[in-house]
Amino acid sequence: MSQTTIDPRSLRPPPKRPIRLSWSDERVRGIFWQVVVVGIVGSIIWWLYSNTVHNLEVRRIATGFGFLNREAGLPIAESLIEYSPTNSYLRALLVGLLNTLKVAVVGIILATILGTIIGVARLSRNWVIAKLSAVYVEVIRDLPLLLQLLFWYALLQGLPGPRQALHPAEGVFLSNRGLKLPWIEWQGAHSLALLLFVAGLVATWLYRRQALAKQIADGNPRPVWHVALLTLVALPLAGWYALGAPFTPDIPALRGFNFQGGLTLSPEYFALLAGLVLYTAGFIAEIVRAGIQAVPKGQWEAAQALGLRPGTVLKQIVLPQALRVIVPPMTSQYLNITKNSSLAVAIGYQDIVSIANTTLNQTGQAIEGIAIIMLVYLSISLSISFFMNWYNARIALVER
Amino acid sequence: MSDAATHTPTPARTPPITLVGPIGWVRTNLFSGWVSSLVSLLLLFLVVKWVLGFLDWGVFNAIWSVPNDAAGRPDTSSCRALAGTGACWAVIGEKHRFILFGTYPYEEQWRALLAILVFIALFIVSAMRRFWRKELALIWIGALTLIGVLMWGGLLGLAYVPQERWGGLVITLILATFGLAFAFPLSILVALGRRSKLPAIKALCVLYVELVRGVPLISVLFMASVMFPLFLPEGMNIDKLLRAQIAIILFAGAYLAEVVRGGLQTLPRGQYEAADALGLSYWKKTGFIILPQALRLVIPPLVNTFIGFFKDTSLVLIIGIFDLLTAGKTAIIEPAWQGFGIEVYLTVGFIYFCFCFAMSSYSQRLEAELNQSRGR
Repeated sequence: MSQTTIDPRSLRPPPKRPIRLSWSDERVRGIFWQVVVVGIVGSIIWWLYSNTVHNLEVRRIATGFGFLNREAGLPIAESLIEYSPTNSYLRALLVGLLNTLKVAVVGIILATILGTIIGVARLSRNWVIAKLSAVYVEVIRDLPLLLQLLFWYALLQGLPGPRQALHPAEGVFLSNRGLKLPWIEWQGAHSLALLLFVAGLVATWLYRRQALAKQIADGNPRPVWHVALLTLVALPLAGWYALGAPFTPDIPALRGFNFQGGLTLSPEYFALLAGLVLYTAGFIAEIVRAGIQAVPKGQWEAAQALGLRPGTVLKQIVLPQALRVIVPPMTSQYLNITKNSSLAVAIGYQDIVSIANTTLNQTGQAIEGIAIIMLVYLSISLSISFFMNWYNARIALVER
Repeated sequence: MSDAATHTPTPARTPPITLVGPIGWVRTNLFSGWVSSLVSLLLLFLVVKWVLGFLDWGVFNAIWSVPNDAAGRPDTSSCRALAGTGACWAVIGEKHRFILFGTYPYEEQWRALLAILVFIALFIVSAMRRFWRKELALIWIGALTLIGVLMWGGLLGLAYVPQERWGGLVITLILATFGLAFAFPLSILVALGRRSKLPAIKALCVLYVELVRGVPLISVLFMASVMFPLFLPEGMNIDKLLRAQIAIILFAGAYLAEVVRGGLQTLPRGQYEAADALGLSYWKKTGFIILPQALRLVIPPLVNTFIGFFKDTSLVLIIGIFDLLTAGKTAIIEPAWQGFGIEVYLTVGFIYFCFCFAMSSYSQRLEAELNQSRGR
């Protein structure tokens, strides 16, 4: 590798001139304009602030976050943690935050899967598949998300009641009370199995990394599947079996006017999730399509000429290059799902916005309520972009 | 020699009928393998089934109008009797003026309709490249003033209509268009500020853009509806619609600023350096060299962002402003029409779709055209 020689003269710092107090000095002008702009913005903020303080005094609105420890008295229909209206506002907000995360995380996973499938389908050589996905993408992206949410919610509410519920499979009921699915009675053994599975994922990933490093060193491929089988299937199963292999199916059944048991997806959650996933999948599909099309055809052909198998070509040659194009816009889609989950308030799913909104109506402390909403979303947004930036840097082209 | 002169070549054989023409097309595009054939057949079957089902529901079994009962109210029992097997389009016939114009006075609704047409004309004029000149700004100012006169009235013999009575499609168009008209200059300033060498100005712009982009639009709208009154001095009151409009402008400004910044970044550095070498001042450089080129580059993403905001104006439903979607949702609150949400949402969706689809196909065509000239 020949290195370009750097002209040593260009490294010399520019001569330092003393600041002259003159309008023709660029630095003086710079400082002047900065002082002007900061002064204007600062005085506007100060004006708004003093108005607010005055208004709060006149209207006798309390300030501060003391209300967080008071009894909330607001009922929440679905919650991941134990909650009752006698709990504090803080806990109510925590429930809302978890509900937001519940929609956002599941939504991100499902939208990625569906969007990838549709994006690949748009490039299919089969005319029906390609056209259908194109129509889907065009239609879904041109309708407001809120309209879609209201539409799904209206559709779900138009479903028959529990007694005439749609019953497509054993233990699955779809009614205006939501979707009921069979589940199992969760016990310690299941938690252990889940824990072992997660540990297995980490172990497989570490092993794969090592195997790849060795393959790069001596050229011999080392299979990973047996380690994966052991840590992802055998170990969790063994853990579950060691604790007595409990398995009690919890199948929903109609008792009286409603269902008992089973896993419930409320109509609100279901409509919100369906709307978010279907909407965002349209955008993700376009990103995936653009990413795949951005890889030059020569890359496929060159890889095939080297004698690589089609699966290897996709995995080792095309995908790593496509991901570089895909990941940055994908990040903003993930952020969009999270932010759009705040539309929950329109259909009555109790996410953080909905609960903070009720809180600010009950306590009258608007500033604190909105500050909480903004703070929560800012932290979620920053964490997602932080993670995605890290991932993006990892897969970025290594340039010399 | 003479042989060759009299030689007539045998005409080329036509390719087998299975490779060209409609049959060839069907073979390569639908039935290229047994998996492909199976999927094609299955999907075609499903599409035909769904389309027929939708036609059954939306056309053949649908009810288009309902009689009035003794009290003069619409009698929707015939619609209810369908029990979901057919659409009840009568709700649209009854409520379409409410959905389009909200509570605007009935006999003055032609003014709202005219305002909508002015909006559409404004969009069409802005889309034509021969109008991409400085005069376009004047056209915008003129059209927006005309719309204001039409909607408010109080001039030229038009009756005054207070803002609280406005509603429907025209609100959606106002929020989106005025939002763009004011957010665009703001976004240019912010984008320039973010690329500025002055640290304080850069920090302010970065803070504004990242703060706004990190929070959902709803929280900004909530802020406008509940916090804004606290910010203002006592006695000063801003209308709800204007507050939402300000929120949308501030929100759109941050997103548009990022789009404009993208244009500023793709512009080759030589352009900046050449302008500096000519000894132009910062504002001359920006106004005559940088912006005319950078803005041209970002028109397609700008249109896409605008489509996003056009859709996002529907969020004002949550703070109770009467836009197209809110009007649709309110139309079915009346007991007689409860439960016919699907019909109303399909209609409202169709209106949104027409606007967004027109804009997105325009932006795609434009992108192709602009790329073509750049590739040359």
